[in-house]
Amino acid sequence: MRITCPLCGERDRREFTYKGTARAIPALDAGVGPWDDYVHMRDNLPGAIDEWWQHDMGCGSWLMVTRNTVSHEMIAVVAGEASGLGLAEAQAQAEDQA
Amino acid sequence: MTFSERFSGWRVLKEGLTGNKGWRPHWRDPEPKRDYDVVIVGGGGHGLSTAYYLAKEHGLRNIAVLEKGYLGGGNVGRNTTIVRANYYLPGNSEFYSHSLKLWEGMEQDLNYNAMMSQRGILNVFHNDGQRDAAVRRANSIINQGDDAEILYRDELKKLVPFLNYDNNRYPIMGALLQRRAGTARHDAVAWGYARGADQFGVDLIQNCEVTGIDVEGGKVVGVQTARGPIKAKKIALAAAGRSSQVAAMAGLRLPIESHVLQAFVSEGLKPIIDHVITFAEGHLYISQSDKGGLVFGSYLDFYSSYAARGNLPMQEHTMEAIAAMVPAVTKARLLRSWGGIMDMTPDGSPIIDHTPIEGLYLNAGWCYGGFKATPASGHCFAHLIATDRPHAAATKFKLDRFRTGKGLMDEEGTGAQHNLH
Repeated sequence: MRITCPLCGERDRREFTYKGTARAIPALDAGVGPWDDYVHMRDNLPGAIDEWWQHDMGCGSWLMVTRNTVSHEMIAVVAGEASGLGLAEAQAQAEDQA
Repeated sequence: MTFSERFSGWRVLKEGLTGNKGWRPHWRDPEPKRDYDVVIVGGGGHGLSTAYYLAKEHGLRNIAVLEKGYLGGGNVGRNTTIVRANYYLPGNSEFYSHSLKLWEGMEQDLNYNAMMSQRGILNVFHNDGQRDAAVRRANSIINQGDDAEILYRDELKKLVPFLNYDNNRYPIMGALLQRRAGTARHDAVAWGYARGADQFGVDLIQNCEVTGIDVEGGKVVGVQTARGPIKAKKIALAAAGRSSQVAAMAGLRLPIESHVLQAFVSEGLKPIIDHVITFAEGHLYISQSDKGGLVFGSYLDFYSSYAARGNLPMQEHTMEAIAAMVPAVTKARLLRSWGGIMDMTPDGSPIIDHTPIEGLYLNAGWCYGGFKATPASGHCFAHLIATDRPHAAATKFKLDRFRTGKGLMDEEGTGAQHNLH
């Protein structure tokens, strides 16, 4: 597997560390249910999924990688800040709903 | 069992003298019935042992095991065959102790040669911190009633002289030895339980993928399969790495992420490694099969995967670990490698529990430690299915422990990320 880092270009998988399934982070005060779901529960179905990889042996950035878990094909990579899954987005959404 | 059904020395002699014409298939290949008391989804080690103990210990007979491929074609045929009871935390400790006791009587119970070999396991440690952890673990194992010994460098050298004791970064300081641990022939374990269950009248149905779970009013009523619909009063899931897929058919999400673990075997060598040896160095475990091949593995590949095959970086790491720790075998050529799908939980410990759906039972989350659990997993799961109460040896494998935080069993203390156990 090779990952194309938006900053560094295509690099060996060894430069990256898998950091788990990429999902929208709950608001900090969302309570036990959403946080249990976010930390522990997974759809975990075979096929294309979004996940976090950190380019820790390169530029250090967190990337959202779309990858097929059956074929190991790399489908897309975006920088973490462009993923729309960050805490700022979660807080903004929570405030909109409030 | 009649003489013609039992395996024995006399039987081998008789068949040898009469042209070996009396051997029969070990189990039937029945057509699925339309209705069962219990349907077990998954014909691997855990599903088959569950069926066996449901019939033997709880007197149920109207049971089917549904397997999408062939019996024992999943992780029970893909592991590195290690059997041990050297767990540290309450919950795991009594369960694996129970399992090892069942292993010790299994071949006689099943009348099946599973090549159970109590050759001992050595967990090698390299520094003060690892030694302290090994001593604490040994005390925990002894308190549980199982055997554990700490060997230091000189004693260990007498037992296994061929290790690299003076690696600059990971000098070997000693090892935790459990003599009752060892290996078993993994396929034979599945076959033995399959034959045992079949003899009690359990229907083992192969090439029968479950495609749907029918739930009415919060209660299971049956399954849809590749071979037609089957009604069931109780449905028991034992689908290992595919657990999330099967549970999704009943609308459940599980605290499980599926990962790939690779295993390796070398060409056959003359006997050199008498024990199972594990290294705390970067994680490596190695033993030698009765055919002479070195069987070994190390970490997960660390990314989620349903591919049942891994990638080169972890293969390279594993070979480097062998070169560092067991240099005597580095000239051996690799025969083959493969991967299995591991159902990883957030604390690295399994789940044997009810689900929110009445009549639906879950046995999952074995991470990469399911083989040694095979007898007790089936024994305790059968108890839960038959009585609706957890077995005394498996009271802590709760599905909701991650939400409540009560009773988490994180043996390695690595936190809630699924792949770090």
